[in-house]
Amino acid sequence: MERIIRSVRSRLEIKGFDLNQFALFLLLLGLLCVLILYPILRVLYEAFTQGNGLTLKHFLNFFQRDLFREALWNSLFAGLMTVILASLISLPLAHFMVRYDFRGKMLIQTLGVLPLVMPPFVGAIGMDLILGRSGILNLLLLRWFRITIPFMEGLQGVILVQTLHYFPLILLNAKVSLKNIDPSLEEMAQNMGAHGLRLFRKITLPLMIPGCAAGALIIFVKTVGALGAPLMLDYNRMLAPQAYLSGDDKSRYVIAVILAMISLVSLWIQRKYLKRSEYATAQRGATGVRVAKRITGWKPTMILGLCVLILTISLIPHVGIVLLSFAKRWCFTLLPEEYTLSNYAEILVQVPHFVRNTMVYCSLAAGIDIALGSVMAFLLIRGRIMGKGLLDLIATLPMGVPGMVLAIGYLKAFGFLSSTWFVLVIVYSVRRLPQMLRSCYAAMQHVHESMEEAAMNLGANRRRTFLKITFPLMIRGVVAGGLTSFIGSSVDFSSTIMLVTRDEYSPLSSGIYLYTQRAIGWEPAACLGVVAIFLVAVGTYVVNRISRDRSEAASKV
Amino acid sequence: MAGCAADRDEVVIVTSFPPDLYETYKKAFEARYPKITVKIIPKNTIAAMKHIRDTASRPDSDIMWATAVDAFAVLKEDGLLARHVLPKEIAERIPSRIGPYQIHDTDGAYFGFALSGYCIVWNKRYLEAYELPPPKGLRYLTDPIYQGHLGMCAPSRSGTTHLMVEVILQRYGWKEGWKTILNMGGNMASHTERSYKVSRGAIRGHFGVGVVVDFFVWSALARGYPVGHDYLPVGPTLKNAKKFIDFLPANIGLIKGGPNPENAKRFIHFLLSEEGQLLLFKPQISRFPVIPELYDQAPGDLPDPLKTPVSGGKFDINLSQQRYELINSLFDQVVTFRLKELRKAWEAIYEAENVTGTILDEARSLVSKVPISEEEASRLALIFKRGNSERVQKCETEWDSRAKKRYKEAKELADQAKKIGGK
Repeated sequence: MERIIRSVRSRLEIKGFDLNQFALFLLLLGLLCVLILYPILRVLYEAFTQGNGLTLKHFLNFFQRDLFREALWNSLFAGLMTVILASLISLPLAHFMVRYDFRGKMLIQTLGVLPLVMPPFVGAIGMDLILGRSGILNLLLLRWFRITIPFMEGLQGVILVQTLHYFPLILLNAKVSLKNIDPSLEEMAQNMGAHGLRLFRKITLPLMIPGCAAGALIIFVKTVGALGAPLMLDYNRMLAPQAYLSGDDKSRYVIAVILAMISLVSLWIQRKYLKRSEYATAQRGATGVRVAKRITGWKPTMILGLCVLILTISLIPHVGIVLLSFAKRWCFTLLPEEYTLSNYAEILVQVPHFVRNTMVYCSLAAGIDIALGSVMAFLLIRGRIMGKGLLDLIATLPMGVPGMVLAIGYLKAFGFLSSTWFVLVIVYSVRRLPQMLRSCYAAMQHVHESMEEAAMNLGANRRRTFLKITFPLMIRGVVAGGLTSFIGSSVDFSSTIMLVTRDEYSPLSSGIYLYTQRAIGWEPAACLGVVAIFLVAVGTYVVNRISRDRSEAASKV
Repeated sequence: MAGCAADRDEVVIVTSFPPDLYETYKKAFEARYPKITVKIIPKNTIAAMKHIRDTASRPDSDIMWATAVDAFAVLKEDGLLARHVLPKEIAERIPSRIGPYQIHDTDGAYFGFALSGYCIVWNKRYLEAYELPPPKGLRYLTDPIYQGHLGMCAPSRSGTTHLMVEVILQRYGWKEGWKTILNMGGNMASHTERSYKVSRGAIRGHFGVGVVVDFFVWSALARGYPVGHDYLPVGPTLKNAKKFIDFLPANIGLIKGGPNPENAKRFIHFLLSEEGQLLLFKPQISRFPVIPELYDQAPGDLPDPLKTPVSGGKFDINLSQQRYELINSLFDQVVTFRLKELRKAWEAIYEAENVTGTILDEARSLVSKVPISEEEASRLALIFKRGNSERVQKCETEWDSRAKKRYKEAKELADQAKKIGGK
């Protein structure tokens, strides 16, 4: 018997078929189907069936309801407005930063990324403290002019929070695009008499659009499906809050499908645009490098002033959160009446489980991601199996499906899991798998196949080669990917809030939410927010360091 | 089979109470029974009920612990609570009634463990800044001067708010009750997602006035916040409302088929024992025990609910239980989700205030009515009780569009009245 198996196996191996690899492939495929495909299909099933038959009735019901139509419209409107406002902030900033050289530029460049370390649900709390009904600004307005301005009320509050969080995405993309634009194109236009705004509108902006579109689409999708900011601001007339509040209704699944569609369509558009933008970059190699204009006189002061103004506004949430985290009592006064360290003592010493759970869940999720991502990258690059692209496709799905939709699917598909904490680990790892797979894939492409062949010539089998040669060579990229996964999970609000059941299982993100529901003694929410910001900031810094070292190392080789 | 299994070393509690309360009891109970761990599932009352219903075939929790008595009545009616007889030494120290409210369920499905009343709470600094008088009394809440200064939670998100709405409806009748509620809606600044946020909003000065359960006030005062309060008087009629105060029991009940019934009983007995009852006086909890003898030991500034004249009004818990889901949904459709339109309509009416005439009266009556009568409500109640269905969605859609239309018409009428008056 054993001989037969061995002979079959060896014959297959001659044809380039590896049984172990195939088993691994099947195992992974099964796992992905259960953890990704099934919950998503379950959402679709719930949205499109009634009893045993297929139906569109739930969608009809949805669109017949004024409330839902309004929620849909509000969500789309908020997405669009956020993109527009974020562009209005980012484009001038990017222009000044790339085209001019002035004192304080480095500082502004660093500050410009800071909003990204502040998750929107934390940002909403911070901004409310400064711009809200009883925030610093409105108290001053009330005192001086007897008026208040409803910055944070309703939809505009959500738009403001989202804009201030996400504008750096456009800023970063815009800066890259601006740098990549061939100076000769603009020079030609200038020779023909186009200057100033006309030059910008006709030449520069169209050339920047493909690059910025990627950032804009991400912002749009994130805002349309926003849950954290609306919940924190008590605004429920948007899609995600309606799905959160509606319980196990059909409308919840309809909303989930709509959110997923919006996200998938955006992803598709993005792919199309990215292809076109290759055209713009293809020209770049041929031209010289543009030198930033050194400017003097009153101009740099004005530009600096403008940049500082914009960035000061974008740091409002940070200021609010830090102030609150040290506040003992803060009630209708400009600044807290009394300061204390006891809020930090509470979340670090007395009730440490929020921070601890985040560390545990996110580490486990990152570990799972590292394992799955590197093995899958290996199969995708070195594997010789038909249909391996299927793995890639399913693993990438969570990128196109909002976290909330996945969570809704999990609730329906694995109800039994939802009373454990492990469901959070699984969802976190699934959510970050697409990015992780990309990191591992890129890391693995850096490993030349000849190294593996050398190891195998020396007698190591595939597994040993992978563990001893391939993986250690990939490790920098993998660690960077794992850290990114950790950061993402630690501030994941929408799926956490849907899935967490018990107080003791709650990680930091839902811990913040729990604290904000307290009437008195909610200040520790701000401390948890500070911890979240700290984790994201340090994590991002380390990832950047690793990536930079890696590219330096690569260039030395 | 499950019933025979020995308890694990834990007791799982679903509760709508804030951490200040459950953490205190968790610590005290675990100190008393070092082998048992208390596990908490924090949910608002409505979500807690849903959780218990969803897990009924295999309950993962032992105890439901929340304020609103009618929520327990619903759970009992659905057969989700286990009956239990308190030991004599505990039962004999607790009176059977307070005002119209039975302290314990007569069948032993749930037990009152603390008393609390509803308060109007306001932020002194806020009212000062906006130059508003303190709103002492329910009628103030419908006064135009408080427009945009009132905070409230939706009954579908808060069991205590639900109970308050139901009390108003039962005391003043369906018509007058909704009129009051819709008029309050016109004054609302915002709807909060949970009742705690009403208190925080008032305490922080997010809005000036809120209606909350009294213990929020006591604990805010204990922490030195500048809040004022007045017990919400819901007397038998609107006119002599001022004289009476309602104190309601907050409750605890055993979930049927829970995994640790013995530990759960221990917890309930602990809560109702002298030791457990005295914990209620802690400043972060600030509730009133159900054992009257203990009031001698109350901290200075707490009133004695057993000595306050309680209202003679009736409260029909059965009626409340029957239409529980319907009221939640109706309120959401006509107030929560249409708050903007409702506010705009009232704003327009207030602006035309000096004008008298039929047009304005018509506008007023349009924003004072709900789309269905009490009889229709009781007919539809069962459909809502059975859960989400097409019928439910149809009703909701209809109420929503009718409310929207009415508020719009009312605004137009009021605008028209203003124009005529202006001439």
